[in-house]
Amino acid sequence: MTSAPPKIRFRDPQVDMAHGAGGKASRRLVEGLFAPILCGASTEPLGDAAHIDISGARIAITTDAFVVRPLSFPGGSIGELAVNGTVNDLAVSGARAVALVCSYVLEAGLPSDILEAEVRAMAAAAQRAGVVIAGGDTKVVEHGKADQMYITTAGIGSLIPGLSLSAASVRPGDKIILSGPIGDHGITILLARGELDLEADLRSDTRSVLPLVEELAAKAGSGVRWMRDPTRGGVATSLNELARDCACGMQISEELIPMHDAVRGACELLGLDPLHIANEGQFLSVVSPESAEAALKALHNTPGGEQAAIIGEVTEQPAGSVLVTTLYGGTRIVDMLVGDPLPRIC
Amino acid sequence: MRFVDEFRQPELITRTAEEIRRLADPARHYRFMEVCGGHTHAIYRFGLMDLLPPNIELVHGPGCPVCVLPMGRIDDGLSIAEDPNVIFAAFGDMMRVPGTHGSPLEYKARGMDVRIVYSPTDALKLARKNPDKHVMFFAIGFETTAPSTALTLMRAKAEGIPNFSVFSNHVTIIPAIRAILDSPDMRIDAFIGPGHVSTVIGCRPYGWIASDEGKPIAVSGFEPLDVLQSVVMLLRQLKDGTAIVENNYKRVVPWEGNKAALKAIAEVFEIRPYFEWRGLGFISQSALRLKDTYAQWDAEKRFSVPGVRVTDPKAAQCGEVLKGVLKPAQCKLFAKECTPEHPIGALMVSSEGSCAAYYSYAMRKSPELVHVT
Repeated sequence: MTSAPPKIRFRDPQVDMAHGAGGKASRRLVEGLFAPILCGASTEPLGDAAHIDISGARIAITTDAFVVRPLSFPGGSIGELAVNGTVNDLAVSGARAVALVCSYVLEAGLPSDILEAEVRAMAAAAQRAGVVIAGGDTKVVEHGKADQMYITTAGIGSLIPGLSLSAASVRPGDKIILSGPIGDHGITILLARGELDLEADLRSDTRSVLPLVEELAAKAGSGVRWMRDPTRGGVATSLNELARDCACGMQISEELIPMHDAVRGACELLGLDPLHIANEGQFLSVVSPESAEAALKALHNTPGGEQAAIIGEVTEQPAGSVLVTTLYGGTRIVDMLVGDPLPRIC
Repeated sequence: MRFVDEFRQPELITRTAEEIRRLADPARHYRFMEVCGGHTHAIYRFGLMDLLPPNIELVHGPGCPVCVLPMGRIDDGLSIAEDPNVIFAAFGDMMRVPGTHGSPLEYKARGMDVRIVYSPTDALKLARKNPDKHVMFFAIGFETTAPSTALTLMRAKAEGIPNFSVFSNHVTIIPAIRAILDSPDMRIDAFIGPGHVSTVIGCRPYGWIASDEGKPIAVSGFEPLDVLQSVVMLLRQLKDGTAIVENNYKRVVPWEGNKAALKAIAEVFEIRPYFEWRGLGFISQSALRLKDTYAQWDAEKRFSVPGVRVTDPKAAQCGEVLKGVLKPAQCKLFAKECTPEHPIGALMVSSEGSCAAYYSYAMRKSPELVHVT
């Protein structure tokens, strides 16, 4: 049996930063080049982790690369992100991380104490998340050929019983739940780079969301239809992807979105939309209307989920789009992130 | 958040919107131009169009500095960036604006040293930190940002920093408003006056718009209540048959402007005899260049640039949109060849550009508009 060669739709002449920013360009790269060549005819929507069968057992598998600068920042560091990021990708796919492997790309000249601190940060994060680091690999590149250190982690997880997640199961009337305040990580990193001469009392929100996900699964189980951690590209990008994948509209309300004042203030000042800012310790879930109260209560009763909120609901129209209701009843469409969020001055 | 939340109170907004509906004569059509890109952005971001009756039309003006910058200037600036010894520094606003051979971000991806700065003084800091490189600040903006460029140049001169220069694209708002009013295809009933620019120049320079042209103008802030309250002021003036300059941004805008800022501009800059504006063509005495006393820090004097005039793609109707003659969706390229991801005109780049604002915040709410030709 022969199948038609995969169609390569990616036509951008070169790779730009935008292709890594998690927004439209990233999606074009993955769907237009990687998926058709590497995944062939598979039509499964691209989630945070893949679920595959191994000798009759179904497991979740995922990988993530970490290239953050600066390496450490208020509230976390690259080592902690590398563990939490992969644990969270598995969690929002409905799986509990079992084991991780990691690869380091180190730049010659990296001080050993920095490396040790990051390895220790990984160990601590793995212990907190209840996951084993089962192996790894190290490469060193010449000075100037990398920015200090990059970490890649891959993880496998066992499926959390009672959860069956897919964008296709999302229906109009379902509630959209956000686990907590948005934008802390992205704004913390932006400020930690020290290029903006702005200071704020903010910390990255990096953490494992697994305890929250497990509690949600236990209390709202089959009512939970979809989950995603809104990392690069923010809440707006995750909801746009869902809107596209389930052909429904997403209607969220500005006043219901939890956010720290420092994030709001920095976004106002820099002309950024908090809905486009990256998070590392939050997740979005879509829950059936009947299960919404139980789901919210489950999150509220779990440490770290106190500020969870229903921020809106799934609607029939505008299909494929995210509509935000402003404080005054006006509405605006929020698109996926285009390129990197850049501060706006004039 | 103080000074923000007070101007976003839902009940006040609702009351003001009701007042607008009461004041607006249903038998008449109103065209108000918001001069400033910041207003355009706020109008879309807060969904203010939804709060206005359909016979009040908000027309987007030329007050978006990157939108009015002709492509030739971007090419000139980027040609300097091709020198491996040069660090090209600019505001984030500029980074995605396309030149003939790509945007500053694309130049950066090709290996040129392009940096985003938050203020011109950050560019000067870069120069201090990189004494073996030359840092060129690609300056854009109206009178809002010109003072900070001026102060930075004054500091560079005082400290005698040799490896720093400014490529000035600073423009002035009054000649642009005049060009709009002189344009034969323009029908504007009143103006929502610029906010940030007025913090520097004050309200006095707008006097002629009211006295000579008979158009009401309300200098406005950028919060939802500011914009709506300005609409109320304009409607009242039109109802009473008066035309005056009203300051609806008193918490920031002094009537006489900011004298220290104006002094800094006068110290460093002089008026160019003429300057090209995208969409509006050459406007006399509408832009600022460095005085001879600052020649040493003037990138246009230190570097030779092609200085070629680059015309916009023929099909793009940026000019008509900039003047408010066409709505963004009426341009032939809108949402087809020209999108925020692949912008052809700068109006699609800056979030203050009316095309980008319209595309990201409103377009898909009323898709039928996209097909208007």
